[in-house]
Amino acid sequence: MEGIFKINGKEIKVSFKSDAVLLSLLRENGCTEVKEGCREGECGSCVVLLDGRLVNSCQVFAASAAGKEITTVRGIGNIHSPHPIQSAFADSGAVQCGFCTPGMVLAAYCLLKKNPDPREDEIIEAIDGNLCRCTGYVKIIEAVKIAAKRMRENG
Amino acid sequence: MKEKVDRSINRIDAPEKTGGYAEYIADMKFEGMLYAKTLRSEKPRAVIKSIDIPLLPEGCYVVDKNDIPGKNRVKMLLDDQPFFAEDIVNYIGEPILLVVGPDREQVAQVLSNIRVLYEEMEPVFTIVDAVKCDKASIYGEDNCFSGYEIIRGDPDRAFREAAEAIEGEYRTGLQEHIYLEPQGVIGVYENERVTVYGSMQCPYYIKTALVQGFGWDEERIRVVQTTTGGAFGGKEEYTSIIAGHAAFAAVKTGRPVRLIFDRAEDIICTTKRHPSIIKIKTALDKNRKITAMEVEITLDGGAYAGLSPVVLQRAMFAATGVYNIPNIKVKGRVFATNNVPSGAMRGFGGPQAFFAIEMHMQSLAESISRDPLDFKMENMLSKGDLTVTGGVLRYEVKLPQMIDLVEKMSGYRRKYEAFINDRGEVPKGIGLSIFYHGCAFTGSGEKEKIRARVKLKKRKDGKVLILVASVEMGQGSSTTLRKIVARAMDLPVEDVIYENPDTDIVPDSGPTVASRTVMIVGFLLKKAAERLKAGGEKAADFKVTEACEGPAELEVTEEYEEPGYIKWGHEKFEGDAYPTYSWGVNVVEVEVDPVTFVIKVNGIWGVYDIGTIIDERIIRGQMEGGIAQGLGYAAFEVMNTDCGNILQPSLADYIIPNSKEFPEMEIRLIDNPYEYGPFGAKGAGELPFIGAAPALASAVQNALKVPIKRLPVTPEYLLKVAEGEK
Repeated sequence: MEGIFKINGKEIKVSFKSDAVLLSLLRENGCTEVKEGCREGECGSCVVLLDGRLVNSCQVFAASAAGKEITTVRGIGNIHSPHPIQSAFADSGAVQCGFCTPGMVLAAYCLLKKNPDPREDEIIEAIDGNLCRCTGYVKIIEAVKIAAKRMRENG
Repeated sequence: MKEKVDRSINRIDAPEKTGGYAEYIADMKFEGMLYAKTLRSEKPRAVIKSIDIPLLPEGCYVVDKNDIPGKNRVKMLLDDQPFFAEDIVNYIGEPILLVVGPDREQVAQVLSNIRVLYEEMEPVFTIVDAVKCDKASIYGEDNCFSGYEIIRGDPDRAFREAAEAIEGEYRTGLQEHIYLEPQGVIGVYENERVTVYGSMQCPYYIKTALVQGFGWDEERIRVVQTTTGGAFGGKEEYTSIIAGHAAFAAVKTGRPVRLIFDRAEDIICTTKRHPSIIKIKTALDKNRKITAMEVEITLDGGAYAGLSPVVLQRAMFAATGVYNIPNIKVKGRVFATNNVPSGAMRGFGGPQAFFAIEMHMQSLAESISRDPLDFKMENMLSKGDLTVTGGVLRYEVKLPQMIDLVEKMSGYRRKYEAFINDRGEVPKGIGLSIFYHGCAFTGSGEKEKIRARVKLKKRKDGKVLILVASVEMGQGSSTTLRKIVARAMDLPVEDVIYENPDTDIVPDSGPTVASRTVMIVGFLLKKAAERLKAGGEKAADFKVTEACEGPAELEVTEEYEEPGYIKWGHEKFEGDAYPTYSWGVNVVEVEVDPVTFVIKVNGIWGVYDIGTIIDERIIRGQMEGGIAQGLGYAAFEVMNTDCGNILQPSLADYIIPNSKEFPEMEIRLIDNPYEYGPFGAKGAGELPFIGAAPALASAVQNALKVPIKRLPVTPEYLLKVAEGEK
């Protein structure tokens, strides 16, 4: 099959097998920031935003994502101009091995889009589909709080 | 102005990791790269009669035992494990051969068409059956990989003269590391040299394993660590096996070969935490003072020995916990079974031993109507006392003030009393554990086995390069080691460079294990930095990499020197089993659902003495992550096997903690500088894991008023206990 994919605002034309999942398509086309941790929708390392909705890209057929807006963690900021959530993760020690981080950041991004001032339990709920084995989640939750505050203060 | 050394700075790897730019092994591509997949044993124990391989498609290869030019044994303590099975398989998942080819789906297709004809042998699945040894032995004559005994004082006499003796038996289960990034390596063969890139803890373990597997000069072998997405011991010895596979395949095919596991494969065939059975018997005199303790530790080592002998030693050296026992007998044995090999995992035998001793002390106190914390404190080690192996505790043991602090933070004593008398509908409980972790290698390992070397180079532009084999695997060492050197040389941390180790460039500073990186490697770096600041030696020529453009101006090498006070007799396990100890006190509060017996954690408090803190935020991250992993082990990380098959081969079945499981953790760090650690730092990474399970289990014991003797403390187990079956 062939399709046009809008990844982080850029359109690319890709040919792919009809049963390919979005995770594989993204990784084969340079989006290695989308991580494969389990391929069964349990760990959240591969989440992306699909038309603004957080999905496990290993559970989505590539064909169904064609034409939709796909956002990965590289789409919300970069090393020189990080998104406030990315900065907050760095500032609060929420990053250790880093493998879950792209997914965590996107889960937080999705939450703060909808809810700029979340309660702690809402943060916990928002990231409960993203597994982290390093941090015990304490500093990740703290990072989301800090990011929310900074984003509210800076509009 | 000099900053305080513990001032937290942002991790140097945070921007590339939050941005999604860090390159892990699965993100790397090489020209002409082939994909490999492993054919694994489907039988727990069998003779391979024949392997039927269909005609291979163009460009596909099979790589097996016949493609190993050197010795088909993975270099480890007993060298019993083959890279690829020879005529016998000993566990489900044991590698037999690789299929390698340009297309992943084609490789999987070829693999599924290979038929192995097995002649099954009678397998052994439990420690009890391995000890009994009434079937053909798996290892040696009696299945025993290693057995040791420690005797201090006159335990037999103390037991003869005891007024009473109190016994308990404690069991713990498997635990899987679940590093988020599965295992993976890429082998490359060019110009008569083989290079393995991969996610790993110990570049030089892999190099040594490849030297033996190839039988080549070590100059022909290079190992490069890539960004590593968690390890926890799981990428200590295991990675040597797959590094061998990819390297043999690269040499055979002449192409780069990528071997990366999916999650199910990773769970099925990689090492796990050793299951254990620990029996403890304590002698009391007529005044109910402890006069002796006898501990018998038995571990399930799985099909091959791996690091089991040393895991067993560490468990034995923790057998009597933080208690001062005048007469001691500790017997330890680790047995072969036809289960997946057990191996290194955070705590390395300590968690099993501390669970047993802490539960035993609590039950013992309760059985003689003593308050458990009072009883523990009366028997606690302090400076000048002897360890299990008779080593003198030379440094201050701050446990009394740590217990005081955790009491203030958690209200432990008041709650313990309230809960023990509470007969409310929802049982509540609070538990406290006291524990240590021996820092660095066991016994004389640092001096005799490792002999760590580190190097610093100062470039003409003033930047300083750290050259060590210690890896960044998430624990923060790339930041912590830079801080140590920067501080010692009065440089901004940005002027100190650390790159992922490449064995062509870095000296062997030892494996990234045993909570040794900061204390041992960091201390050597600090000494090197001080000499470099004072002048250093003229730099020798060295290979130029991207990280170190331009000629080096100065360099300093530093080698491990054992502190003079350390005395160790390995034959009898006598003396200082570790250079020093880190200490911890952990309190956990729970409630237990009266119908489902599901445990809910309501509070977590921890106080830790890891010497001086190099970076407080990194250390808090280690403590929080270690507690969460330890509480998962304690409460719900169930891994069962049925005839050698792991029943939880996915993250849907094997449940690790998510964001909802554990509430906030309150953590305090006690300053207690160690003279042979950089700025006073000791080991930190494993310590927090060790105390979590006994604290949680003690809390459940407090809530349900029945002794807890098993990990994990599952609802099924609690139901049995509550019904009085056990």
